[in-house]
Amino acid sequence: MVSYLVRRLVTSAIVVIGVSIFIFLLLHAIYPSPARQVLGLSARPAQIDAWNKANGYDDPVIVQYFRYVNNLLHGNLGYSYAENQSVLALFQERVVRSAYLSGISLVIAIVIALPLGIFQAVKRNSLGDNVATSAAFILYSMPSFFLGLILIQVFAISLPIFNFEASQSLSIWDVMGDWYSMTLPILTLALITVAAFSRYMRSSSMDVLAQDYIKVARAKGLPERLVLWRHLVRNASLPMVTLIGLSLPLLLAGNLITESLFNYQGLGLLFFTSLQKVDYPVMLAYTLAGAVLVVVGNLIADIALTVADPRIRLA
Amino acid sequence: MAINPSAAGSLPPLDVQRAPEGGEVGAVQSGWRLALREFASNRLAVIGFAILIFFVLFSFVGPLIYHTNQLDTSLTLADQPPSGAHLLGTDGNGFDELGRIMKGGQAALEIGFFAAFVAIVIGTLWGAVSGLAGGIVDSTLMRVVDVFLSVPFLFVVLILAVKFGATVLSLSLVIGFFAWQVPARLVRGEVLTLRERDFVLAARTAGATNWRLVSRHLIPNALGVVIVNVTFQVADAILAVSYVGFLGFGLHFPNVDWGDQLSDGATSLQSGYWWLIYPVGACIVLTVMALNFIGDALRDAMDVRLRRR
Repeated sequence: MVSYLVRRLVTSAIVVIGVSIFIFLLLHAIYPSPARQVLGLSARPAQIDAWNKANGYDDPVIVQYFRYVNNLLHGNLGYSYAENQSVLALFQERVVRSAYLSGISLVIAIVIALPLGIFQAVKRNSLGDNVATSAAFILYSMPSFFLGLILIQVFAISLPIFNFEASQSLSIWDVMGDWYSMTLPILTLALITVAAFSRYMRSSSMDVLAQDYIKVARAKGLPERLVLWRHLVRNASLPMVTLIGLSLPLLLAGNLITESLFNYQGLGLLFFTSLQKVDYPVMLAYTLAGAVLVVVGNLIADIALTVADPRIRLA
Repeated sequence: MAINPSAAGSLPPLDVQRAPEGGEVGAVQSGWRLALREFASNRLAVIGFAILIFFVLFSFVGPLIYHTNQLDTSLTLADQPPSGAHLLGTDGNGFDELGRIMKGGQAALEIGFFAAFVAIVIGTLWGAVSGLAGGIVDSTLMRVVDVFLSVPFLFVVLILAVKFGATVLSLSLVIGFFAWQVPARLVRGEVLTLRERDFVLAARTAGATNWRLVSRHLIPNALGVVIVNVTFQVADAILAVSYVGFLGFGLHFPNVDWGDQLSDGATSLQSGYWWLIYPVGACIVLTVMALNFIGDALRDAMDVRLRRR
C-alpha cells in the first residue's frame, strides 16, 4: 500500500514537471515576450530589445523556465501587463467565486446523478429509465452554452423567474445568497455534469446487480430495500470516486463557458478576457493551474479509491 | 466455411465459430461481418447513421439545391422571420439562416473528421510503438501521454486559435494534436496482448522487421478499438469547434461555424429571434448525438467480434 502510494506520488510529480515544461515552452514559442504590449505599437526594435534585456526575456528559454518555476514556488505567478496587476492578486480575487460555482454544481450533480443512475439500473428499460437515458443522451451531446441559452430563454425571458446574468457582487457571501442570479449558471453546469455521471452510474450499478453477492443477499431473504442500500449503493458508488476525480477537466471547461455566458467574475471569465487581450502571463498561469488540478484530482481519486475499496491492495 | 464471401451471408453463426485454427483469414473476415450484423441490428446505430448521412448531404449537397447569397450583407433583409423566400429567416447581416447553417455544417464536419484523422494517426502509431517496444521506451512514451492528458484541452486549443487564427486546417490540426492520447492508450493495450500471440512470434521468427510487425500485424489487428474511438473523436472535435466559435475565436468571414452562429443568435435572444438559435443548436446536438450513437453501437459490435478471439 505504502509503496503503491509512493510510486503514484512520484509519477504524479513527474507528470506535473512534464506539464509545466510543455505548457511553458508552448506559450513561450507563441508569445516570446510581452514587450510589444507594454511599450505599444510605436516602439522601435531597439527599445524592445532593451526592454527584453532588462526584464530577462532575452535569456535562454531554459533559464526563463527555471526562473518562472522558482517564482511560482515563491508564490509569484507573474505579472499581467494588460490588467496592471500581479496574476496572483487577480486569481485571489476570483478563485473563491469559481470554486463556489464548480463546487456547488458538482455536489448538485452527484446528488441527482447517484440516485438517478441506481433507479435506472434497478428499473431497467422502464419508461422512467428510457426517459432519463434519452435526456442524458441529449444533454451529453449538447454544448453547455446552448443549454445555458435555452435556460435563459425559458426561465429568464419567457418566465422571468431568474436573472439572465450571474451575481456581480464582490462579496462571496452575497453571491451565495443571491439565488435569483446564481440559479441558472449553477443549473447549467450541474445538468451537463449530471448527464455524464448518471450514464456512468447506471452502467456501474448494472454491473453490481449482476454480481453473485446480490443474488445471495436476495436469496437469504434480505428485504429489497436493504439489498439496495447495503450492497448495491455502496459498491456501485465506488467507481464514482474515480469519475469525480476525472471530471475536473470537464468542470474547468464548463466553468470557462458558463462564466463567459453569464458574465460571472471568476477565473474562467478572467481566462476568456486574457485571450481577448492576449495577456499571456494569465493564460500561462491559468492553463498550468488547470493542469496541476487535473493531476492532483486524479491522484486524490486513486488514493481515495484505494482507501475505500479493500480489494485494491496493490503491492 | 466462411472463406467464400458470397456464401457467407446465409451461414449461421455457429459454423463461423467452428472455423479451424488454420483458417485465420476467413475467421477474421467473418468476425468483421459478425460485427457489421450486430451493428445493423442496433436500432440507435441505424438512426445515428441515418442522421449523420443526412447532415453530410444537407451540408455539402444542400447548397447546390438551395441557393443563397452568403457573401453580400444586406441590412434591409436583416432579422427576417422564416418565410417562403428564406425558409429559416435571416440573421443580423441579412444572410439566409438555412444556407448559413449548411455552410457551418461543412466546417463542423470537415474539422471533425480531419481532426479525428490526425488524432487517430498519431495515437495509433504512438501506442503501437510504445506497446511493442516495452521497457523504458514504453514508460517514457506513456508518461508523455499522461502529460498531454493533463493539459486542459479546450484552453490550449483556444490559445492556439487566438494566435494562429482559426481556419478549417489550423483548427483540425490543433484539435487533432491534443486529442490523440486516448487512442494511443487503447492501441497500446491491444498491442500488449497481441504481441504475445503466436502469429506475431511466427512473423518475428520469419525475420519481420519491427516496422513490418507494427504496420502489417499489430495495427490491423488493433483497428477495432481505433474505429470505435474515431466516432467519439469526431463528436468531441465538433463540440470543441462550437466552443471556440461561441467564444468568438472561430472561423472568419466568409466561413462560419455553428458555435459562432449561436453566439450571434444569443445577442438577439431578448428580441425573440428564435430561428437564429434553436435550428443551429439542434444541428449541433443531433450531429454529436448521432456520432455518439454510432460509437456506442460500434463498441458493442466490436465486443462481439473480440469475444471470439
